[in-house]
Amino acid sequence: MSTKTDTLETLVNREYKWGFVTDIEADDVPSGLNEDTIRLISAKKSEPEFMLEWRLNAYRHWLTLEQSEAEPTWANVHYPPIDYQSIVYYSAPKAKKDGPKSLDEVDPELLRTYEKLGIPLLEREILSGVAVDAVFDSVSVATTFREKLGELGIIFCSFSEAVREHPDLIKKYLGSVVPYTDNFFAALNSAVFTDGSFCYIPKGVRCPMELSTYFRINAKNTGQFERTLIIADEGSHVSYLEGCTAPMRDENQLHAAVVELIAHDDATIKYSTVQNWYPGDKEGKGGIYNFVTKRGKCLGKNSKISWTQVETGSAITWKYPSCILQGDNSIGEFYSVALTNNYQQADTGTKMIHIGKNTRSTIVSKGISAGHGQNSYRGMVKILKSATGARNYSQCDSLLLGDKCGAHTFPYLEVKNSTAQVEHEATTSKIGEDQIFYFRQRGLSSEDAVSMIVNGFCKQVFRELPMEFAVEAQKLLGVSLEGSVG
Amino acid sequence: MLEIKNLHASVEGNQILRGIDLTVNAGEVHAIMGPNGSGKSTLAHILAGREGYLVTQGQVLYEGKDLLAMLPEERAREGVFLAFQYPVEIAGVSNTYFLRAALNAIRKHRGLDELDAMDFLKVVREKMKLLDMDETLMNRPVNEGFSGGEKKRNEIFQMAVLEPKLAILDETDSGLDIDALRTVSDGINRLRSPERTIVLVTHYQRLLSYVVPDFVHVLADGRIVRSGGKDLAQELEQKGYAWLEESADSLKSGVSVP
Repeated sequence: MSTKTDTLETLVNREYKWGFVTDIEADDVPSGLNEDTIRLISAKKSEPEFMLEWRLNAYRHWLTLEQSEAEPTWANVHYPPIDYQSIVYYSAPKAKKDGPKSLDEVDPELLRTYEKLGIPLLEREILSGVAVDAVFDSVSVATTFREKLGELGIIFCSFSEAVREHPDLIKKYLGSVVPYTDNFFAALNSAVFTDGSFCYIPKGVRCPMELSTYFRINAKNTGQFERTLIIADEGSHVSYLEGCTAPMRDENQLHAAVVELIAHDDATIKYSTVQNWYPGDKEGKGGIYNFVTKRGKCLGKNSKISWTQVETGSAITWKYPSCILQGDNSIGEFYSVALTNNYQQADTGTKMIHIGKNTRSTIVSKGISAGHGQNSYRGMVKILKSATGARNYSQCDSLLLGDKCGAHTFPYLEVKNSTAQVEHEATTSKIGEDQIFYFRQRGLSSEDAVSMIVNGFCKQVFRELPMEFAVEAQKLLGVSLEGSVG
Repeated sequence: MLEIKNLHASVEGNQILRGIDLTVNAGEVHAIMGPNGSGKSTLAHILAGREGYLVTQGQVLYEGKDLLAMLPEERAREGVFLAFQYPVEIAGVSNTYFLRAALNAIRKHRGLDELDAMDFLKVVREKMKLLDMDETLMNRPVNEGFSGGEKKRNEIFQMAVLEPKLAILDETDSGLDIDALRTVSDGINRLRSPERTIVLVTHYQRLLSYVVPDFVHVLADGRIVRSGGKDLAQELEQKGYAWLEESADSLKSGVSVP
């Protein structure tokens, strides 16, 4: 009964459970990045000319950024320089010529992988009514529930397919929210993105089920550059969930995705993420660099975009799901739980750009730091001159476990309209030894104590997740924190 | 039920307990009194298993088992309960949720079925009457925004729900106004039973007018300097602790070797 320290320390150290590698023959292109790589990717995907042009333009822009060393350095994260020539930019499970037409044609080994991840496609299709678009390395493996959605006019397919079959929509919306000039990683993604999900909800349609994508990085040295585009036409409604895992690798893998959302008049898009990329080992070796640009545009009046994210994985997270509130009375929301343990680093937050009148935004950010984890919230609320009557409420709370971790908050406010109301609240708290002892004296273990306190801390965000994923997120947090106390 | 033998303990190198001997039988109520700094709370914390104390000598047997070798949560599951002097606030965790998890951890240990939300509610409603608890307190986070009196009442309420075999009440009367003291005392009295042992740790005699102990022990400078019946508490109230501290001093000078 003498050692007082370390009690708050041991609960973090449980092994990554999703660290298996699937043995599948892959169709790779050689590592390295040049115009030929891009032409090869485009050719492999039988893309129309306009797509190749767009990619090449993005690549040329990225080159200028790279030469001027414009890789962003302002984030509160630290990592050695990335060698962009050593990355494999395309890796696909080798399959029958034209890709699977139905689940029966999907490589059974691949399906077993998804089963290990807890998302058996077949079962999901039958039991849960969730339509899953699974992205394995770089191509979309199977899209379930297509027909049922098709009857309502909903398009839910892989990005590659959308490029071939709905080029007009792609031409109109691709890059309209995140142009390839936006930032270094968005430019890189635009040049080399290999697949992702595409979703279009027609006017007045309420999507009858949760749409879901499951991303997984399998192949070694592979960057995953997926691209998601969701368009909600007038008066439509859609809820979308993405989940991510990756096998354990010693080296770091780059994941630079772009997500664009467009909401027209009276449309609602709810986008939820449960991110559990491999975070690296206890010494900070390996893990995913998750450098992602996510942005939604509330284009129409009374539209609404809501981001909910639970980020427990990745060695480094650099991610700011944002909303451009262009339409009058549009609403932007950001609910986030970000957990950093061991040597994980996260710099995450949001941007709310108020352009239209009476636009409203809510930001609720919950950061949890354990081990040597460094957790930064970075958020911008920008109220333009045109945004009369705009309102924002931001709340950003940090919870510390132990004394070697850190929590940082970087709020930026820019208000150009005097009728705007902006509120910001922030708290920092620590799970204390006395709290843990209180639980233990009532018969509960240290692990139960931490898990109950952490879940209580995150309740406000979990509430925003679809039911079954809220349960999943709770479990994930428990697992990610196991060993950090007790 | 509880046997403390020659217990010596220190905190950060300071000797606090200097040889406590105490035997407590099932169904008895013992009061441990003493001036500030005499080691009362230290004794309560050591029995509950709080970290930061170093036991340098002696042992504690609980139902014949080595209590000090058990983890705090094991002690709790075996029926040891500590009502805290300063109950901590736990944001985000509701009182109901917390207490149900605790009760189920204990029930599981005893080989009983865990209670679901409905069954638990029945148990809780009944016990709430005992302590005259406001139902809204149940849905609030544990102790958050509770007044001093509400916190203390909540401790005894938890005791009522968890039904311990050995309850140690650390300064449960401090911070209570006279009405709250009466309610809390009534609650404690109703929890007295032949199977339950209660140890009251208190500075003042006033709680003991309501919860009448079978035995009173006076702790001074880390030792029990006097034991007696309930009358001892009244004697102390009249004469003050100085009277006994002198005897503690003489006891100390008697054994200390320069």
